[in-house]
Amino acid sequence: MALLSVQSISVSIGKLNPLDGITFTIDKGEILGLVGESGSGKSLTAMCVMGLLPRIGGAITKGSIVFDGCELIGLPEIEFRRLRGKRIALISQNPMTSLDPIILIGAQIDQVSKLHLGLSAEAAKARSLDLIAQLRIPEPAAIHRAYPHQLSGGMKQRIVIAMALAADPDLIVADEPTTALDVTIQAQIIQIMVELVRDRGLALMLITHDMGVVAQACDRVVVLYSGRVAEMNAIGEIFAEPKHPYTRELIRCIPRLGQEPGSLKGIPGTVPSIIDYPDGCRFNPRCGDARELCRAQVPALERKSSGLAACHFSEV
Amino acid sequence: MVSFFLKRLLLLIPVFLAVSVVIFMIVHLVPGDPIDNLVQINSSPEQKAALAAKYGLDKPLYQQYAIWLGNALTGDLGDAIILRRPVADLIAQNIPHSLSLGALALLFSTVVGIATGALAAIYKGSWIDRTTMTLILLGSTVPSFWLGLLLIMLFAVQLGWFPVSGARSWDALILPVLTIGLGGVALVARVTRVAMMETARKDFVMMLHAKGVPPWQIELRHVLRHALLPVVTILSLRIGWILGGAVTVEFVFARPGLGSLLITSLNQRDYPVVQGALLMLAIAVMLGTLLGDIIQAAMDPRVREGIK
Repeated sequence: MALLSVQSISVSIGKLNPLDGITFTIDKGEILGLVGESGSGKSLTAMCVMGLLPRIGGAITKGSIVFDGCELIGLPEIEFRRLRGKRIALISQNPMTSLDPIILIGAQIDQVSKLHLGLSAEAAKARSLDLIAQLRIPEPAAIHRAYPHQLSGGMKQRIVIAMALAADPDLIVADEPTTALDVTIQAQIIQIMVELVRDRGLALMLITHDMGVVAQACDRVVVLYSGRVAEMNAIGEIFAEPKHPYTRELIRCIPRLGQEPGSLKGIPGTVPSIIDYPDGCRFNPRCGDARELCRAQVPALERKSSGLAACHFSEV
Repeated sequence: MVSFFLKRLLLLIPVFLAVSVVIFMIVHLVPGDPIDNLVQINSSPEQKAALAAKYGLDKPLYQQYAIWLGNALTGDLGDAIILRRPVADLIAQNIPHSLSLGALALLFSTVVGIATGALAAIYKGSWIDRTTMTLILLGSTVPSFWLGLLLIMLFAVQLGWFPVSGARSWDALILPVLTIGLGGVALVARVTRVAMMETARKDFVMMLHAKGVPPWQIELRHVLRHALLPVVTILSLRIGWILGGAVTVEFVFARPGLGSLLITSLNQRDYPVVQGALLMLAIAVMLGTLLGDIIQAAMDPRVREGIK
């Protein structure tokens, strides 16, 4: 049985419906990539799994999210709080603003294990120091008594990762963990994070818009487009044989060595606006193969020769 | 932290000098001559000149300033021209009344203001929020002399719980403290509420929720702590206001204090007293600001390191 099973959830925020029938599963110890352009609903999906949607004024209107046999939709907040940080942890998008600026780094990591594992102050500190060292930060003791503004962005993101690991969660939701960082340290952070997750056998939901990161880290991939799942498949298959035209375009956008100058092109057209989604398949205005059916009817997410895809005309 | 403190202390020296010049000049630019208040109407110019010489008022202004500042630094603020007593004595006699009133009013504003502001922010949009906001609006718009009169009518005249005026017993302090403090409560509550609501929208607060920290702990240990930073600034600015601006309240309740001393001596053109009282108020404002800076530095590491 999957550790996390998200079944056709739809979300509304005010009059907008940014998510429409998102479906995927994550197994124990699996790294699932969630890719898509800005506005495709990646971060909102993370909010749903974390149960933090109400905090930004959103609500799940239908569907179900089952975590380790427990339905999360409708779960009382007080019980959800016991899952957050303890069994499902978040690594946020922007490490620069994710730490409390006037509280010591150490105290912010200690807080998690004190709260969820009931550790004493000394035990929590020892645990935090160990975690900081595992994230390959030199001089853990000095970092433990530093303030966030004394650390670089990359260091802060490692601290956020340490906080996520502090209570031994089963699932980590990482929402574009390296987007705010310098390119030079992005790969390094991803590598450390993936290593620690693999060592512990944790499940990771890795949200990114970088297909390179996906290729480097993930077992399986879910491709989102405009609040719907376009395709879901294992990493090998999705790169070898993408079923959805959008996935094909995404892969075409990865720069390669030896590529002719000027031959790298973006996907034509723009992401449709949430207030005016096209009828039928939402990718149809940008799709080279769009036909009448694509403009009239929403394609269902169907089993193909391998994986799932939502395209009327994917051949296999 | 020590170097931060010393730096701030050194910065006060030029401020103090500038303020002393301004105080000295203001008093001397005000029309009217204290000598006229001292002598009989038909005195001769010679008699006036003799009196002026006695008080040093015939010397050039810069000399008068130098003498005054030199003496002031040794604690000698000169003699009052009308009241004929050392100014330092007059101030020493009045300052305890101002300090007890000011300190209690400040304490009251701080405790009640932060508590109501925090409640309003935590229960944002509820009846608690709406009620406190209405009271805050009232509290910040009602003038203190009028509020004082209302309190006197209700609690002193009608109910007879507290003395109408004076400073003879401790319970005479309660109505003046309420009168000054309620405006402060409104101000502090408003700043606390807005600062908490602003902090609550920050990323790190969402992260705290994601860590599973209980909401009351997030509000009190993290959000309120951030919100207190602007509150400290407001309060440190208010110290001077409470000591000097309590004049109307001191008047309504017929209480002694720096404010009433200042008003009386201003009316009599008693320069040395006016200067002394103003200097005391200026020092109080400077020390209030210094205290505020120190508390902020203790609370926020970024202030300590001069980043913010």
